[in-house]
Amino acid sequence: MKISTARQGWAILAVAVLVLLLSLLIRSAYYQLVLTQLLLWAVLSLAWNILCGYSGYFSFGHAAFWGLGAYTVALGMIHFDLTPWLGIPLAAIVGGLAGAVIGFPTFRLRGHYFALAMLAYPLATLYVFQWLGYQEISLPMKREAPVLYMQFADPRAYVVLALGLLVAALVVSLRVENSRFGKALLAIKQNEPAAEAAGIDTWRWKMRAITLSGALAGMAGGLYAVLLLVVTPESVFGMLVSAQPLILALFGGIGSLWGPLIGAVVLVPLAEGLNGELGDVLPGIQGVVYGAAIIAIILCAPEGVYWRLRDRFAKPRVEPRTTAKPAPALTIAPEARKVSGADLLVLRNIGISFGGLRALDSIDLVVGAGSLHGIIGPNGAGKTTLFNVVNGFLTPDAGSVSFAGAPLAGLRPNQVCRRGIGRTFQVVRAFPRMTVLENVIVGAFVGARDDIAAEQMARVALDRVGLADRAAAVAGGLTTRELRLMELARALAPQPRLILLDETLAGLGHDDLAGILGVIRQVRDEGVTVLIIEHTMQAMVQLVDEFSVLDHGRLIAAGRPDEIVRDRRVIEAYLGRRWMDRVADTVA
Amino acid sequence: MRVINFAQGDFLMLSMYVAFYLTTGYGILAFLGPYAGPIIAAFLAGPVVFAVGWVAHRFIVSRVTGVGAAASEGAGAYGQIIVTLGLSLILQNGGLILLGSTPTGIRTPLSRSSWEIGPILLNQARVVSFLVAVALVIAVYLFLGRTRAGKGLRAAADNSTAATYMGIDVDRAHRVAWSLGVGITAVAGGLLASSQSFQPYVGFDFVIVMYAGVVLGGLGSILGAFWGGLLIGIVQQMSTLVLPYQLQNTAIFVVFLLIVFLRPLGLFGKLSERT
Repeated sequence: MKISTARQGWAILAVAVLVLLLSLLIRSAYYQLVLTQLLLWAVLSLAWNILCGYSGYFSFGHAAFWGLGAYTVALGMIHFDLTPWLGIPLAAIVGGLAGAVIGFPTFRLRGHYFALAMLAYPLATLYVFQWLGYQEISLPMKREAPVLYMQFADPRAYVVLALGLLVAALVVSLRVENSRFGKALLAIKQNEPAAEAAGIDTWRWKMRAITLSGALAGMAGGLYAVLLLVVTPESVFGMLVSAQPLILALFGGIGSLWGPLIGAVVLVPLAEGLNGELGDVLPGIQGVVYGAAIIAIILCAPEGVYWRLRDRFAKPRVEPRTTAKPAPALTIAPEARKVSGADLLVLRNIGISFGGLRALDSIDLVVGAGSLHGIIGPNGAGKTTLFNVVNGFLTPDAGSVSFAGAPLAGLRPNQVCRRGIGRTFQVVRAFPRMTVLENVIVGAFVGARDDIAAEQMARVALDRVGLADRAAAVAGGLTTRELRLMELARALAPQPRLILLDETLAGLGHDDLAGILGVIRQVRDEGVTVLIIEHTMQAMVQLVDEFSVLDHGRLIAAGRPDEIVRDRRVIEAYLGRRWMDRVADTVA
Repeated sequence: MRVINFAQGDFLMLSMYVAFYLTTGYGILAFLGPYAGPIIAAFLAGPVVFAVGWVAHRFIVSRVTGVGAAASEGAGAYGQIIVTLGLSLILQNGGLILLGSTPTGIRTPLSRSSWEIGPILLNQARVVSFLVAVALVIAVYLFLGRTRAGKGLRAAADNSTAATYMGIDVDRAHRVAWSLGVGITAVAGGLLASSQSFQPYVGFDFVIVMYAGVVLGGLGSILGAFWGGLLIGIVQQMSTLVLPYQLQNTAIFVVFLLIVFLRPLGLFGKLSERT
């Protein structure tokens, strides 16, 4: 868990005071400049961290935002006589817009492809600015009104300005980290499909993150132009500008509030200081410093200084048992109560192919409200594909899915989840570094007005599956049974009307199995319709009200459990034709 | 091997300098004459740069790639890109410190003379480079497709866990693949050195062309990389007919982004991931 917000707030204040004291002590104008640059690089690094640290989408192209910010201020001043006091906010807007414009197409990509595509933006822009004839532009000197144009004789004024940006960036990061914004991004980082299926609109949160990140970076870039007075495409769009925030954040500790600042405090003075002392003998010494630092940190402490220190010195925090537990009175939302008799989920003529493989072929399936419906079939029968069609991961080639009377066609998984369909996964998709409670809270966001309500709903859901006493445990250390229950709780948290359980019983021992079967029955009794996939017949026969049997992408049988186990086609699909022939007499 | 090497271009730069010093600096190869000298130097640059690359891999890169790194999450998955980015920064700027920023080049009679085929002028040095490059591509293609070791490499890249179960030493495969990559790059750099001028930052221009080519062809596809590289080269040259010279590289980026968006697996890439 995180240190309380108030303490972090005080820490930010302490940093600000410290920087101010430092700027009073430093005499040399050069070191004042280094200090200002340190603050600005820290802002850029924090901006990078909001996108890349929390959401896990790596950007090798933050120079695009920085450079656009710098050119906004410089060109605004040259062509429109625009003061940086307005130019820097404008730079933030330009940066944010650039973030949205870049994010819109680029978030179609993941992993390395995203990182590489991001690399292309600043470098493409670099050549465009060269071509436009902005090889080297200087900000005009305004001797008549220096303060109006942010031109101060005392370098400490720039320290204060940069500090202002830093505090703003820290506060924004803190707000992000401790809100559902940050939780959503962390969930995306740890398991994007699970986040989407849990009702998080991954697209929207990622777009918000890159816009915010671009705005902060553009703002810092704008002040950088004022500070250096000269802007060249190489110095603001270059590779080193893109590499620097990444290196600082990784060195200090990625995904943490303080990491980027720690990185900047250690590396910027080192690099700039060496450059100042030895720059004329050893040109490019900065690059060597950054290169060596990043290699060293990846090899020795890949999680970064902040996390390494915290793991070493922080007391193993014991989460206090929450005594003031909210009364779990609001178990089920009224509209989720039995609508018995009506058809809740209706699949008509669903078909989907992967290449030549017909994974699902004209499937018709009706799930009645309040029922516990099982789908069985051998491996490869198309069971999980069916779920993926229902919850929006896959779009069927043919047919329609409707839920509570409304079609689900074209909805993305998070929207399907909003309509009231939760799901679990065959391979448990947990957010391994979050606690059990946090995992479930992420699922509850969909149905909750605010963060407090979300936590309440999460606790209720944990109670329902009997996992309340493990709320503070980290998900990475759970047993299979606990993971299955946690995933169930996550699906139940927003109080869905239908849950899809994908082989929830797989890999469980006999005793655990009985426990989970009990939980599933209880969930059904509380009014939630359950659709469950299994390939083991035995447990299912005890559990479900109704069966559908899937084989090679076709529904081969449907009915009550006692009918199904005697069906010839089912036995054939499970045990093969030869077995069928042998027992033909007894089955009839 | 699904390892993205940011420093590839800088190994290219390094080999250009090695070839340069071998031919001109110390005159060791002077006795081979102005024709054979640069080509021999290019092939000698191979082992020298290869040695540097081997050391970098042995002590740095191998620790973030291979079997152990495959399972890591978060920043771990990016560990190798970031480490090679660090290597690239060190090589570029170290090069700047040691070699200076003045552009240099190897002057040979070949680089100045051309063959005339009808209306087309072909620079002799470039033709020789092209022929050697084609020979290298064929050799690599045959190695990966026909030999046991080559098949092992592809298996290790495709699914390192499964390859381990089949008795393939995945870490060794990584080592071989890296060395092969660096060695070939080095020969290419040695050849290029005689047809164009260079300075320590030259590597980056090539990295961009390289990635664009490889992504166009589909990451992990050998033939794809060849055709992709060729296509990108053509785009780069042809763009000057319609666009100002400065926008040559922007054209590459636009093509690069178009490929990534329209066909992220590249022209020759195959979908191998399962959800």
